[in-house]
Amino acid sequence: MHTVVLTKGVPDFREGQVSFDDDGHLERGKTPTVMNPNDRHALRAALQTKVRNGGTVSLMSMGPPGYMEVLQEGMRDVYADDLYLLSDREMGAADTWATAMTVATGIQKLADPPDLVFAGFKTADGETGHTGPQTEWCLDMPLVTHVISLDIAEDEGILRAKRLVEGDVEEIETVEAPLPAFVVADPEFEPTYRRADHRLRHKDLRETAGDRADEFGEYLDDGSDLDPTDWDRFTMWDHAALNLDPDYIGLDGSPTIVAGVDPIPKAPSEREATVVDPNDDAAMGGVVEELAPYAGGD
Amino acid sequence: MTDDYEHYEAVVVGAGPGGAAAAATLARNGVETLVLERGVDAGSKNVSGGLIYAEESSPYTIDELFPGFREEASDREVTEHYIHNVAGREVKTFDLGELHHHDTEWADSVLRRKMDSWLAREVHEMTRETGGGLLTEVRVNGLLREGAEIVGVTCDELDPIEADVIIAADGVNSELARDAGLMDWEEPDEWFQGVKAVVDMPEGAIEGRFDVDGDEGVAHLFSGDLFENVRGGGFLYTNDESLSIGTVFHLDSIADERAEPQELLDNLLTHPLLTDWLGGEYDELEYSAKLVPDSKKVAHPSPYRDRLLLVGDAAGQMQAQGPIIKGMNHAVTAGALAAEAFVDARSRGDTDAAGERYVAKLEAEGVMDKLRPTRYRTLGKLGEVGPVASAMDAVTDSVVGRAAISALGDRAESLFNSPFLMGMLPDTRMGYVTVPTVIAEELGEPVDGLNTVEPPELDDRIGDLTYDVDEGNPHIELRDNAFAASGTAVTACPVSAEDFGGGCYRDEYVGTNGTEEHVVSLDTQPCVECGTCAVVADTDWTHPRGGKGVEYERG
Ligand SMILES: Cc1cc2nc3c(=O)[nH]c(=O)nc-3n(C[C@H](O)[C@H](O)[C@H](O)COP(=O)(O)OP(=O)(O)OC[C@H]3O[C@@H](n4cnc5c(N)ncnc54)[C@H](O)[C@@H]3O)c2cc1C
Ligand code: SF4
Repeated sequence: MHTVVLTKGVPDFREGQVSFDDDGHLERGKTPTVMNPNDRHALRAALQTKVRNGGTVSLMSMGPPGYMEVLQEGMRDVYADDLYLLSDREMGAADTWATAMTVATGIQKLADPPDLVFAGFKTADGETGHTGPQTEWCLDMPLVTHVISLDIAEDEGILRAKRLVEGDVEEIETVEAPLPAFVVADPEFEPTYRRADHRLRHKDLRETAGDRADEFGEYLDDGSDLDPTDWDRFTMWDHAALNLDPDYIGLDGSPTIVAGVDPIPKAPSEREATVVDPNDDAAMGGVVEELAPYAGGD
Repeated sequence: MTDDYEHYEAVVVGAGPGGAAAAATLARNGVETLVLERGVDAGSKNVSGGLIYAEESSPYTIDELFPGFREEASDREVTEHYIHNVAGREVKTFDLGELHHHDTEWADSVLRRKMDSWLAREVHEMTRETGGGLLTEVRVNGLLREGAEIVGVTCDELDPIEADVIIAADGVNSELARDAGLMDWEEPDEWFQGVKAVVDMPEGAIEGRFDVDGDEGVAHLFSGDLFENVRGGGFLYTNDESLSIGTVFHLDSIADERAEPQELLDNLLTHPLLTDWLGGEYDELEYSAKLVPDSKKVAHPSPYRDRLLLVGDAAGQMQAQGPIIKGMNHAVTAGALAAEAFVDARSRGDTDAAGERYVAKLEAEGVMDKLRPTRYRTLGKLGEVGPVASAMDAVTDSVVGRAAISALGDRAESLFNSPFLMGMLPDTRMGYVTVPTVIAEELGEPVDGLNTVEPPELDDRIGDLTYDVDEGNPHIELRDNAFAASGTAVTACPVSAEDFGGGCYRDEYVGTNGTEEHVVSLDTQPCVECGTCAVVADTDWTHPRGGKGVEYERG
């Protein structure tokens, strides 16, 4: 079983991490890049497949060389065996379509064609939710989205999944699809390991993948003169390696037109606060007085 | 359709010393062994005093099963041992070295998180080679049966698992022993309750204050009038960089006296005798508690049923040899013997005979006689008969008794050092309270020193512990909330106290239809899973699900 997981780096939007300039624009240089949080669900689904069914996991991303650290983090999380980064200037500023084209080409170039491709449900920066399904369209595989639980019957060549369908009411649908297939994991995805041998394998994998990720870390270390592309489990492909025409990828290949950008309202930079001692009756009286109008509906 | 179940040759439940010894012995003999432990890490649920003994007469010791144990997992080799008989400020100290050294190759101080997690790593490596391994955060919640026969285990976190042998090393509140009908948790006089504080020591303080070398340690025991007539005693052991200070009392005595365990511990911590050792500064790193079985009463003579074999505390194999507590070493011996019994049975193609073989080995190796000494059965029990006990107590405290003790002088020390006498000591006030108090009054010297230690309040002690609370899923339920049925838990629970709103058990008066009922309420959030209320209150008691509940960092 060969599984490919797609992931990308996004700005770390957690409080205290993200930097905006005076116009409210995101300062990418000052904001750390982390793995797209929704990809973790895809990673977990892939891990479950690897633990239960064996095989290998390849982790693939398209983006700048800085994403190598995101891939390394993924290796530790999903116990990936091989890392792929599709990266060069021509691929920059791609919209979801150009990304899907590039990534699908990368998947098709793999020596071992995947039985399953996993993608997260949307990115924390773009939030379109398009890249997964568009990649699938390029690959022409059955697509199962919003997957919350998954079982692979390798001998029958099918996957059985439960998917969350949100309409007027939430429904859980059970579906089957032939392999190879493309799976978009829902944030509700919960891996389950109800057999001891699965948990034991999980433990083994954690150890070996942790060691592997550490090994890659030595190549990524700031002071290191090792070239990451020399590491045998990491592959970097540029557009030429993928045989892609620069007119059809990156900014030039992106049909999406951004109509305008609304600045994000500035977060209140300072809030005034007064510390009140709960044992100080007079001060507490003041708090009650301040709150009373709100309680009264004013 | 049991064909669908996962199957291992051996499943070991619990990764304490008993489980570790069993698993290591099975793995060495090539038995495919799965070890299931409910804590987030082995040792995260465990508490002991703790001195681990290697007995000369024992067929197995921990360092034989795990070479490297003493270098990696234990703290100091304890080379000096004293017991302090206390009456107010009067103290008479006896050297207890002889009793400690009797049948002892070595005794080391240990902290359970460090010790058990080291053992677990070793066990995982060894058992992995057999196709099994060790899993944490899995709570076994019962026995899998085929018809009436036990064939495996059921778990909260995993599907049922079948095994040719199940070794229950799941400790004092063994749910498996109970499920099999081999043990119950009904009589408070069959259990001890231990409560302990781990106290930080500045670098070099142990060597300076206890006058020992860098790798040596000391054991101090305490008895007398420190503990408000509750039967039991206190201990202080030196670890690498901390002290383990605690108390162990008969649970029936805690219950009868309505004693607050944490206050009894504080009585010890604040006694002037501890002034120099504590050095005025008191930094409590961890507060913990646990029950232990009294092997004299509950060590099961035939601890098996079908494929299930009980070892260690689960089989009641915790020996109180007078003031010396030996549970870990017996768990190790029993664990290894149970494993050996299975290996023997397997090599003869008759794995069903493992239980019988295990019992035979416990007898043949003299384990059962240590756990339930014949001399206790004949003499000790007699001493516990009410009128006899009172008479003995009165005589000790009388002019005659006092004169006798005065006349004995330091020869009393050799009586304390007699394993023979200690083995038949009746579990009465006389041994624990009266004799030591009279010794201190007749032979002791006053200790000076001003102990300024202020032990933390209970809410701080609870607040410093790590919990992963299983919200909405309480692991203990009150079957009868009437004060008469369950009220003892308010005082006996080591994280509850009268007039304390932040603990597990609280007493309340509820008015209905003009009448007022005295009831108790229970909130398991601060529970340290000691097991006390399983015995003294009317509860449905289980362990929390795997990984949930309290997580000791030291133990
Ligand atoms: C305060 C105190 C002082 C003591 N002092 C000493 C001393 O100085 N020397 C000494 O030798 N002994 C001492 N003891 C006794 C000693 O701690 C025990 O006798 C010993 O730990 C028993 O070992 P065991 O392997 O049988 O059980 P435990 O050490 O209790 O281990 C049982 C294991 O099983 C796990 N478990 C329980 N239920 C389940 C389940 N359902 N599923 C999965 N896992 C489960 C637990 O998490 C635990 O890890 C003391 C005890 C106390 C409380
Ligand atoms: S609630 Fe019961 S098990 Fe928990 S700490 Fe209190 S007495 Fe012990």
